[in-house]
Amino acid sequence: MKLDPKTPSGPLEEKWNRHLKDIKLVSPNNKRKHKVIVVGTGLAGASAAASLAELGYNVQTFCIQDSARRAHSIAAQGGINAAKNYQNDGDSVWRLFYDTIKGGDYRSRESNVYRLAENSNHIIDQAVAQGVPFGREYGGLLDNRSFGGAQVSRTFYSRGQTGQQLLLGAYQAMMKMVHAGKIESFTRHEMLDLVVVNGKARGIITRDLVSGTINKYEADAVVLCTGGYGNVFYLSTNAKNSNVTAAWRCHKRGAAFANPCYVQIHPTCIPVSGDYQSKLTLMSESLRNDGRVWVPRDKDDKRHPNEIPEEERYYYLEERYPSFGNLVPRDVASRNAKMVTDEGLGVGETGLAVYLDFRDAINRDGEDTIRARYGNLFDMYTNITDENPYKQPMRIFPAVHYTMGGLWVDYNLMSNIPGLFVAGEANFSDHGANRLGASALMQGLSDGYFIIPYTVGNYIAEEELPKVSVDDEAFAAAAKDSQDQLDRLLSVKGNKTVIEFHRELGKIMWDKVGISRSKEGLESAIEEIRALREDFWQNVRVPGEASYYNKYLEFAARVADFFELAELMAIDALDRDESCGCHLRDEYQTEEGEALRNDEEYSYVSAWEFLGVNGKLETKLHKEDLNFEFVELKQRSYK
Amino acid sequence: MSTMTINLKVWRQKNQNAQGSFQDYTLSDVSEHMSFLEMLDVLNEQLIKEDKDPVEFDYDCREGICGSCNMVINGRAHGPKRLTAACQLHMRNYSDGDTIVIEPPRAAAFPVIKDLVVDRSAFDRIIEAGGYVSVKTGAAPEANLIPVEQHTSNVAFDYATCIGCGACVAACPNSSASLFTGAKLAHLNSLPQGQPERKLRTLAMVEQMEKEGFGDCSNYAECEAVCPVGISIAAIAEMRKDYVKASFS
Repeated sequence: MKLDPKTPSGPLEEKWNRHLKDIKLVSPNNKRKHKVIVVGTGLAGASAAASLAELGYNVQTFCIQDSARRAHSIAAQGGINAAKNYQNDGDSVWRLFYDTIKGGDYRSRESNVYRLAENSNHIIDQAVAQGVPFGREYGGLLDNRSFGGAQVSRTFYSRGQTGQQLLLGAYQAMMKMVHAGKIESFTRHEMLDLVVVNGKARGIITRDLVSGTINKYEADAVVLCTGGYGNVFYLSTNAKNSNVTAAWRCHKRGAAFANPCYVQIHPTCIPVSGDYQSKLTLMSESLRNDGRVWVPRDKDDKRHPNEIPEEERYYYLEERYPSFGNLVPRDVASRNAKMVTDEGLGVGETGLAVYLDFRDAINRDGEDTIRARYGNLFDMYTNITDENPYKQPMRIFPAVHYTMGGLWVDYNLMSNIPGLFVAGEANFSDHGANRLGASALMQGLSDGYFIIPYTVGNYIAEEELPKVSVDDEAFAAAAKDSQDQLDRLLSVKGNKTVIEFHRELGKIMWDKVGISRSKEGLESAIEEIRALREDFWQNVRVPGEASYYNKYLEFAARVADFFELAELMAIDALDRDESCGCHLRDEYQTEEGEALRNDEEYSYVSAWEFLGVNGKLETKLHKEDLNFEFVELKQRSYK
Repeated sequence: MSTMTINLKVWRQKNQNAQGSFQDYTLSDVSEHMSFLEMLDVLNEQLIKEDKDPVEFDYDCREGICGSCNMVINGRAHGPKRLTAACQLHMRNYSDGDTIVIEPPRAAAFPVIKDLVVDRSAFDRIIEAGGYVSVKTGAAPEANLIPVEQHTSNVAFDYATCIGCGACVAACPNSSASLFTGAKLAHLNSLPQGQPERKLRTLAMVEQMEKEGFGDCSNYAECEAVCPVGISIAAIAEMRKDYVKASFS
């Protein structure tokens, strides 16, 4: 396997512009002879599809939801970063680049991250022109808010629904091209395989989720925008149908999977209330601006929180991190919540929660002020928990939120399979070992609007792409594989449901491949995952048939892939004998308990090659060295 | 933790052409902390274990934003709580021994796919007809060259917040999609960016809405009452005004 990042030479500030000058173009007459498939219609997919269609390519889009507008990008709350410097606070492309690369704990490519920062400003222009209603000042100009990991105000927002508004903008641009006849949109269709012909990605296999039929589609290039894999943990803030299947099937066809162990865990979510729990709800981390995090000092203290006197409360973040206190970064806050609950100090019925207390803020600023700041979040909390956070502390706990790892791509966002491009959360590209807030929307749209349209064109112009037909052998073989797997799942007729298996897998992952990891824990996780995977294929019970709408069959096929990915995540975490960003290995911490990087030995991207699954996952590590020419590597400290 | 026994009457229908009917189920040990959809998950786990077909229903984000869920609960789209999507409804709103009737949103333009799952692609085709501002990628001017009065921007946002769930159609005695269509028109037509295409957009979207088989609006305002994000019926008035203006110019 050859992994060439294809980073253009020259000064950081000139790389992308130079590359654009060198990129080969396809003439308008020829564009209409080419077809591009886009899988997934979130921010990356919808924006890529619209932009490619505007250029004149024939585009087919596929999504599992009943409308392209429902992709999980819709749930992003906070905002989108851009280096506009509208606040005159000294922001610049360089500063956004630097914050992002530092926030990622120096585990991403300088060239990609710089381009992301450059594109950020165009995204805001594009979205405003589409009619995205961003928050505005009285003068009618755009407003900004602050977000973690930055000392400038650069986040654009649409109340708490920025993802929704940006996605609707991209979806509408896409629907305009559907109207123009340049996009054919397939909804309720799931990609089950990639078709590779003569070493190039030339099509996909899908299942029509309504009729159950397996279908074949050919193309000159395939753009995968299928999101992250946080649902491997079963419980996460991801939408219920978010999954790794399309990406994993590409991995099995030869695409390298990069940095699978980098998972972001968000510190302020509403805790689990029982076994029936199906997902976790995130609350903005802005709550930590005024809330104080604590647990009882005595683990046997079962009193109502309001009855626990001040001196018997353990404000562990304030004690351990006197200068940042409750405002430490996401990974530090999450890790400490796990540490205190592991010590038995957790609160609530399950013991898997800590308090976030607004009592002092209410006494200081008054209930009305707190209501004005957080009213909607308090209402949401009350709706879910039936508790009143104005009168007693909230209970919060960390939850899986975003995955930085994904399919390996080069500077053109192309995987190591020629013709397979990967954009948005599905690739590993820009966030290193930790993503900063308000950067996911930025990356999805940068990839989709401003990178993919050029780089896909360059590929089509450069490559020999002889005609392929869905009647070719490679298509028939891949379609048969997909059908066989579904039939096999249905034929087991065991005694445990898919959800039961998924929940068990999630527990292993959360306990041992979650907030903190250890050699011992990871080794036992690998064994447990293998054993449970065997059990799954012997004992899973999938209802109904493949010939009609059958959501539990969809789940079964996705969970089968999660079982394989889970092992790869543990292997990757075990291989990375250092701590960096969200990846904390218990063995590698500073004396103060901070993540201890090992730049000498681990300043590389782990790109894994799939070799097979036979009881255990056979996989091979390839390394892409990260060379830092423009920034100096530093240890993070929040003491 | 208190638990309840809940009786369910759920609409079961194999496919678009099959005859559907209500089936009765009883669930014991329903926790008050469960969400409504988690209660249905538990029912499905029980049905799978009994070798029966689980109930199909649409959902994704379970945070009230994606608009996938849209079932009709005891005759009301999204159930009893105002400004709350079915996925955000919790079982503490019910009592031990309650009977809950669950059915799909019923409209000719939303054919049933299976059980509670319906085909809402008519909404996509209404957007396709004109629910956008035509601006190619890369053609946008600097963002702050288009100032928008804060109030106008807020009003546009209030309409743009529509999640496209279709509760408005389910609740309307005429199965009208006027609130959905009006909300998108009011969002784009109120902004300076939306002015050049205002007339064409209004005509195209309203005509597409009629073509899809949705009924007309006769001001019942049932749509506004069930909308989980509180879209105001003023959207429909705006749509009518714009439609009349566009028709006579």
